[in-house]
Amino acid sequence: MFMHREEQFVRKITYREALREALREEMRRDPTVFLLGEDIGKYWGGAFKVTEGLAEEFGDERVRDTPISESAIVGVAVGAAITGMRPVAEIMFGDLTALAMDQIANQAAKLRYMFGGQAKVPLVVRTPFGGGVNIAAHHSQCLEAWFMHVPGLYVAVPSTPYDAKGLLKAAIRGDNPVIFCEHKLLYPIEGEVPEEDYIVPFGVADVKREGEDVTVVATLYMVHKALKVAETLEAEGISIEVVDPRTLSPLDKKAIINSVKKTGRLVVVSEDCKTAGVTAEIAAIVAEEAIDYLDAPIKRVAEPDTPIPFSPPLEQYVIPDEKAIIKAVKEIV
Amino acid sequence: MTFAANLPKEKLIEMYRMMVKIRLFEEKVFELYAQNLVPGTIHLYTGQEAVAVGVCSALRRNDYITSTHRGHGHCIAKGADVRRVMAEILGKKTGYCKGKGGSMHIADFSIGVLGATAVVGAGIPIAAGAGLSIKLRKTDQVVACFFGDGASNQGTFHEGINMAAIWQLPVIFVCENNLYAMGTRQSLVMRIENVADRAAAYGIPGVVVDGNDVLAVYEAAFKAAERGRRGGGPTLIECKTYRHRGHSRVDPAKYRPKEEVEAWLAKDPIKRFREKLIQFSILSDIEIQQIDKEVAAEIEEAVKYAMESPYPEPPEALEDVYA
Repeated sequence: MFMHREEQFVRKITYREALREALREEMRRDPTVFLLGEDIGKYWGGAFKVTEGLAEEFGDERVRDTPISESAIVGVAVGAAITGMRPVAEIMFGDLTALAMDQIANQAAKLRYMFGGQAKVPLVVRTPFGGGVNIAAHHSQCLEAWFMHVPGLYVAVPSTPYDAKGLLKAAIRGDNPVIFCEHKLLYPIEGEVPEEDYIVPFGVADVKREGEDVTVVATLYMVHKALKVAETLEAEGISIEVVDPRTLSPLDKKAIINSVKKTGRLVVVSEDCKTAGVTAEIAAIVAEEAIDYLDAPIKRVAEPDTPIPFSPPLEQYVIPDEKAIIKAVKEIV
Repeated sequence: MTFAANLPKEKLIEMYRMMVKIRLFEEKVFELYAQNLVPGTIHLYTGQEAVAVGVCSALRRNDYITSTHRGHGHCIAKGADVRRVMAEILGKKTGYCKGKGGSMHIADFSIGVLGATAVVGAGIPIAAGAGLSIKLRKTDQVVACFFGDGASNQGTFHEGINMAAIWQLPVIFVCENNLYAMGTRQSLVMRIENVADRAAAYGIPGVVVDGNDVLAVYEAAFKAAERGRRGGGPTLIECKTYRHRGHSRVDPAKYRPKEEVEAWLAKDPIKRFREKLIQFSILSDIEIQQIDKEVAAEIEEAVKYAMESPYPEPPEALEDVYA
């Protein structure tokens, strides 16, 4: 079951470093790639230090500090994208994409369609989502579902350094606007990332752990919680398969359904609100297209429909934890 | 005709022809709408022709423009094929956007028309982005960004122009001040008379021009374009003008005083330019009639083309979402 790699040493780097490597390599590879965002340049290196050192290598023109103007950051990126550039915009916190929503949802996503296929919008908006660091309702949300609901956008949700690097490279090389969702708690985690060039294609899920009894679909930081749950429950004789979609749009429905066919049970875990969220969409797809393979009701583990509170006990209460996942699994096995 | 006196005769005639083309095109669209042949709504450019033609005559073919919901005139002035504009307005497959955009979303990337966005003010940062692209690619193109007085109260106006200013981007921000944002008079929504005064807040030149004088608009746009090409950064040009018709197809524009409408109709930009061309012996009455006739025939041909074109096949609705 487990891969042994005694002979071949694969180096380990953090999620943050993996993202930075992707940016650096793509900027070296293609002169039309450039970065813009608040405090991403040489003075700060990005609020989460993802772009640290890049301004030193590529200069201020290609690693561009902007005013605090989210709408114009994305709007300017749209204008550059439709005229031959490949901008990568950083929005400092995912919550602040709300300020740029017209440019994301009405402009970036729709120009190609409205103009009958004339425009290409090769634009990446990188932004960190997620709670767990006690910064309350304006800096902690997971809003991936907003973007899944907009035709014309792609949505990436990498959970590991390997996926982060490969998906970011694919996003930059692709010709569609991508909302690239990072997670604050993932930046310091380490994982194996090969030195050679690779991409992770969009729309291809990854089975992060194989299992027989229950499929757990999870994204971003929840993948790691699901993997811990799988380990815990293995001792109790429950075998969990953890499926990570890696991109929510396009969504690898086939991989999810194939896993459900094998296990007959599904728990969907996401850090966003339950109502009309990521878990709702995935559960609906399986209910619509694979209900005959289910031996038990679908369970959803998501946040209650509240803003993210500040105080640590309050925040811990609303963000799905391992106990909540275990509870959901045990309800259906 | 001081500045424009140096323009070649052919250029002046071409500008006149283009203004007439837009006017007759829009009147034809209105006529088709009255016959219930135009789906949805229309925002006619009638009365503002001097702005689009003055600006676009100062641009090169590979320069960019961004346009608005009231955009037919911008696209035609930049060189768009009236047959395909008309076909798009009628929702036909042969339209510029294959029937997916309609009146408010005409684009022709082959001549730098980066498309019309119908969210008021949304084109301003996009134009700045095209300007940034020009700067990074080190070409000598410029961008002209059309928007109305209403858009100048959007946050995108502030964010987009500020960004263009700090980065010295080659963008001409063209505010077509037709005094009304839909039915709301400018004086109700801003404390200043000139939108161009706001340029001072961004440290860029702000120029007020008679938007019904095509040569005045041309001169301002030409200077702004030269400034942009030299790396001098953006300019805000406010063109004072007036729409001859209501905001959209459902609007009889009763909120505008009769005297105001009459005063502006007397300043009709086409009438004024025609008089000037005759006065300076650029064109004779007969030549003018000849041009008007030729343009009318071109518009008729566009209508015929659009009317005879097929609608898209319904499943085409699913195409072009992603590249």
